[in-house]
Amino acid sequence: MKIMHLQNNETMTEQAPDITLKPKVTPPIIKINNLNVHAGQHHILKNINLEITKNKITVLLGPSGCGKTTLLKCLNKLTDLYTELRVSGKIFIEEDDILNTQKNVPVIRQKMGLLSQLPYPLPISIFKNVAYGIKLKGVRDKKLIEYNVEKYLREVGLWNEVKDRLHNSPTSLSIGQQQRLCLARGLAVKPRIILADEPTSSLDPISSKIIENLFRKLKKNYTIILVTHILRQAVRLADNVVFMYYGEIIEQGHSKDLFKNPKTEKLREYMLEGN
Amino acid sequence: MFDRITETWMVTALVTILLLPLIIGIALYLKAMPLFEIQNLPHLIGSSEWLPTDGKFGFWPFINSSMYVTVLSFIFSAPVCLLAGIYLTQFASKNLVRIMHPVMDILAGLPSVIYGMWGILIIVPFVGNVLAPFFNINSSGYTMLAGGIVLAVMCIPYMLNMLVEIFNTVPIGLKEASLSMGATFWQAVKHVVIRKSYPGIISAYGLGLAKAFGETLAVMMVVGNRVQITHNPFKAGYPLPALIANNYGEMLSIPMYDSALMFAALLLLVIILIINLVFRYFIYKTKTR
Amino acid sequence: MNRRKIIEENIFKFLSGFATYSLIAILAFIIIIIFVKGFNSLSIDMVIKTPKGGYYYGGEGGVLNAIIGSLDIAFGATFIAILIGMPAALYINVHLIRYKRIQNTIRYLLDALWGIPSIVYGAFGFTLMLFFGMNASLIAGIITIALLITPIVVRTFDEVLSTIPMGLYEATLALGSTKTETAFKIMFKQGFSGFITAVLLAFGRGIGDAASVLFTAGYTDLIPLYLDEPAATLPLAIFFQLGSPIPEVRERAFAAAVILTIIILIISLTARYFSKIYSKSNLK
Repeated sequence: MKIMHLQNNETMTEQAPDITLKPKVTPPIIKINNLNVHAGQHHILKNINLEITKNKITVLLGPSGCGKTTLLKCLNKLTDLYTELRVSGKIFIEEDDILNTQKNVPVIRQKMGLLSQLPYPLPISIFKNVAYGIKLKGVRDKKLIEYNVEKYLREVGLWNEVKDRLHNSPTSLSIGQQQRLCLARGLAVKPRIILADEPTSSLDPISSKIIENLFRKLKKNYTIILVTHILRQAVRLADNVVFMYYGEIIEQGHSKDLFKNPKTEKLREYMLEGN
Repeated sequence: MFDRITETWMVTALVTILLLPLIIGIALYLKAMPLFEIQNLPHLIGSSEWLPTDGKFGFWPFINSSMYVTVLSFIFSAPVCLLAGIYLTQFASKNLVRIMHPVMDILAGLPSVIYGMWGILIIVPFVGNVLAPFFNINSSGYTMLAGGIVLAVMCIPYMLNMLVEIFNTVPIGLKEASLSMGATFWQAVKHVVIRKSYPGIISAYGLGLAKAFGETLAVMMVVGNRVQITHNPFKAGYPLPALIANNYGEMLSIPMYDSALMFAALLLLVIILIINLVFRYFIYKTKTR
Repeated sequence: MNRRKIIEENIFKFLSGFATYSLIAILAFIIIIIFVKGFNSLSIDMVIKTPKGGYYYGGEGGVLNAIIGSLDIAFGATFIAILIGMPAALYINVHLIRYKRIQNTIRYLLDALWGIPSIVYGAFGFTLMLFFGMNASLIAGIITIALLITPIVVRTFDEVLSTIPMGLYEATLALGSTKTETAFKIMFKQGFSGFITAVLLAFGRGIGDAASVLFTAGYTDLIPLYLDEPAATLPLAIFFQLGSPIPEVRERAFAAAVILTIIILIISLTARYFSKIYSKSNLK
């Protein structure tokens, strides 16, 4: 137990936090209740119950095939694209149950930005890639669009590298730059949540570092859910960790506690292998 | 809202295209219907009496001609395609393959008339003045043999493209396994590549046959256009498409003639659709394996 | 035993190589004949004048009627084919992306559609003409050829669209685009090379096909000015004039053949060139 000394010499003991993520002040931005995903006979996600805290980096960790990417895709309803998947349960994003809502799907998707494993720049110029997201929000004014394109490119640290070739094709950029471009494009729709699916796994170490630093900076204003199988990346970035194994959540908690004192055998094994 | 309109346009376009063969079939059937009142289907197809002015429409000579010319072309095109396909996928240098692509594109894109013209200028004299005398036969050159040769050249690009695709889908690992067991390269090719591609080869051939069956102009220009049933390649023939194309001018002057020609078109449509549907099915099975 | 195997291998190597090279030779042969025959007949007059005097008497004039007629029909038909074929191909690849089985069935049907011979389209066009009371005319020819070449547009464009990786589609949807927006703003651009190839191939087919215009477009020595006038076409110009007893008329056929062949050569080579160029810049 830690003992804190306050200004007027009162002391207070700080409780060790619970295993489950109890929201401290703000309600969780995402609440998942009894999420089940089946693909034919396979039960891919088994009874997932999860709460995601706002403005923190939550890492979905686990070996390949444990369902973490599927979980991510449920959040922005990309699972709709795959008829073989049957999704049941409730997912509340800011009080809206997206699995059972009447709301327009594109509108729901704009609450989140997606960063995939491979960068997928749109087949248009660098400028237009970022502008695409801005225009989707209804902005028409040219000056405003230009201003915002610069703003988001600056936010991902790309502005100085591309400002002289805004109208070139993104294929002229390195893969790390393309990934940052995709991030800028995703931010341009003003999401509140960033979904990142192993975003650095195809990048070189320098670009990976840049992306990781960006996430640290961005979490002040965005909630980030990061899927990774790189244990060390999770240790570096995570505020909260959700450890998954074969479609179930084995352990979840604040990263410092989780990694110092893994409570389950599986997590301990995983950490040993990861190091 | 704009989305809705566009989406409707997209679906309508797709559905229209998919319904096209049905609509064509129905339209041709309706036009051919009067014919069924004077002769029934088996008689139309089986009879060899073709006297339109007397109201006698027996389509057998034409069906027979079509089949004969198609088979003739197949005899020439099948081995050439197979050999060339193997060479291109197994033995040829990268440069040769690169040259062959535009060559095949152009051969496939050349219009029927151009082939017909080449046929008249080169093949017909060749058959009439070189081949026929060689066999001691008197022939003008406007023969089914000429038709078969021209058709063969026209169908080879299509069949070759398909064969190359099929041969290329045989995983290289299989060939390597065979080679590492001591087979020569050719043996590996023979036993692995060809055997694995059997259904694909059959389908490619089938589709080539369908194309040959439907070719109109090139064949028409060299085949002689005489109504007769014969199995002598040095005699003239009269395939089904040529029948339709040659007589459209008189179509409305002789009673029932237009129905007859529409029936011929319907026959062609049905035969070729069936061949296509059957063989394409086999190709899908090969590719998706 | 080994000797026999080696001999067998060499024989087949030789035969198959011979087969391959002879194909190149045949193409060269055909092209050379056409050009040799046409070289003498090709003149400025040939291209800018219409024929005078008809089949039996006239030796003057050129094939302008057929050139204009063919271009009119090919452009008109290609335009319609794009209008119908392009959205259809996009729909298959975007809106139907969930339904793999339906996609496969549709592609299977489209392939079968591709195989329908042009004479059947011609006969069908003829029935349409009777039904609507049209005469052999430019518009009848355009419609019939449009029906013929639309499957080409759909199939060629669809083939390229189907290679676009799922990830791009997901990324675009994740931004909040609707399916239709994704189709026209993104997928179309990504598959643009396929679109160009499709249009070129369709145009080439449209300008070279004879059997479908035989009944529907008619033939004339004049240049069509209105849609309901008959139109001459290059393939028919060759077909009808090749057998004329008058050498000057035959010359026109040869000239038309050269012109048609040149057009097809340009289209075939351009189509392949375009498909290479665009696919390089969009390579993932």
